[in-house]
Amino acid sequence: MSQGCDAAMPLLTRLHRNGKAQIALGLGIGIAFGFLLQKGGVTDYNVIIGQLLLENFIVVKVMLSAVIVAMIGVHLLVHFGYAELHVSPGSLGSNMIGGLIFGAGFALLGLCPGTVAGAAGTGALDALFGGIIGMLVGAGLFADFYPKIKARFLSLAPLPAVTLYGFLHLDRWVVIGIAEAVMIGILLLLAYHGW
Amino acid sequence: MCAAYGISCILSRAVRDILRGPRMSGILFPATWSPYAAGAGIGVLVCISFLLCNRPLGASSAYVKARGLLEKAVDPHLEEKKEYYREIPPRVDGVLMLLPGIIIGAFIAAIISGQFHLSWVPGLWSTTFGDNVIVRLLAAFAGGIILAFGARWAGGCTSGHGISGTSQLSLASIVSAACFFIGGIVAAFVIFHVAGV
Repeated sequence: MSQGCDAAMPLLTRLHRNGKAQIALGLGIGIAFGFLLQKGGVTDYNVIIGQLLLENFIVVKVMLSAVIVAMIGVHLLVHFGYAELHVSPGSLGSNMIGGLIFGAGFALLGLCPGTVAGAAGTGALDALFGGIIGMLVGAGLFADFYPKIKARFLSLAPLPAVTLYGFLHLDRWVVIGIAEAVMIGILLLLAYHGW
Repeated sequence: MCAAYGISCILSRAVRDILRGPRMSGILFPATWSPYAAGAGIGVLVCISFLLCNRPLGASSAYVKARGLLEKAVDPHLEEKKEYYREIPPRVDGVLMLLPGIIIGAFIAAIISGQFHLSWVPGLWSTTFGDNVIVRLLAAFAGGIILAFGARWAGGCTSGHGISGTSQLSLASIVSAACFFIGGIVAAFVIFHVAGV
């Protein structure tokens, strides 16, 4: 914690606890997010499927650009005491199995949970009446099966560390530097190949 | 000397690609920004969410809340019966509001650039599976169920794990994001190149 936070923290904490402000902020961030998803081209089924068929790399470009900015931004906020990290330990049983199931749905719907809402906003009726309704049904199904899935799978084969720098036993900022360089390198390589 | 030339070559092509925006690659694309600019904007939003809301930016838990609210309208004792809704309580809050927000934001973005089109069957789907609306709706519905199930199983989606979690260097999020794409690429090749011949 450094000095900068002393004045701002009580204000921020009050904001975090203000339910009405959080509802307004959630809506506002959602609107900006939906706007940017459409502008990035990723609310389009054809773009997402093109990415999964490795015919274009727009989703990778949008996501890596977001992570390049957010990784440095969030860690600076945390470093100066303006934010907290929200990381929790994972497991292969949760993250790998769940991730692969997600991938199957990702390819069949051609959109993900955020972009399916965005696609509905751009007039994609299959996203609105198929995808979003399916998401609501799927969320309910998961809630029904949650106790069994939790007991049998979610803590199966726990990951050896919470963070990548913990796993590598390296300083956080060293790993951030390497990760940023690798991500920028991937973007440059994609651009160089004209993908 | 040679290396410097190589690097300058890569850089200049990268700058040209960044300025030109997304490639057309045969499909009719709507008017969009450069994917790098849109992505960087999303990165800033993640930072804003951490600062002002004390949480990562993730879309999938909003569906649990929306579903919970619908169920709670029928059964007020929902949270006592189902453990999952005690962990993700069904209530109108900032997490839930992300969902209508995304729909509104994308609607505004599409309207102002003349990209709002009502459609039932996406182009790439119809070239492989035809333009039957019922078939596409059933596929999208099934895809939505599997997607939500997988997202909640993994504890997040492309935004929560893929962007917010990876940005925090969370190992769980990095594993999840890798599996989203491994699963997605394999499934897309099966759907389009095996089933869709």
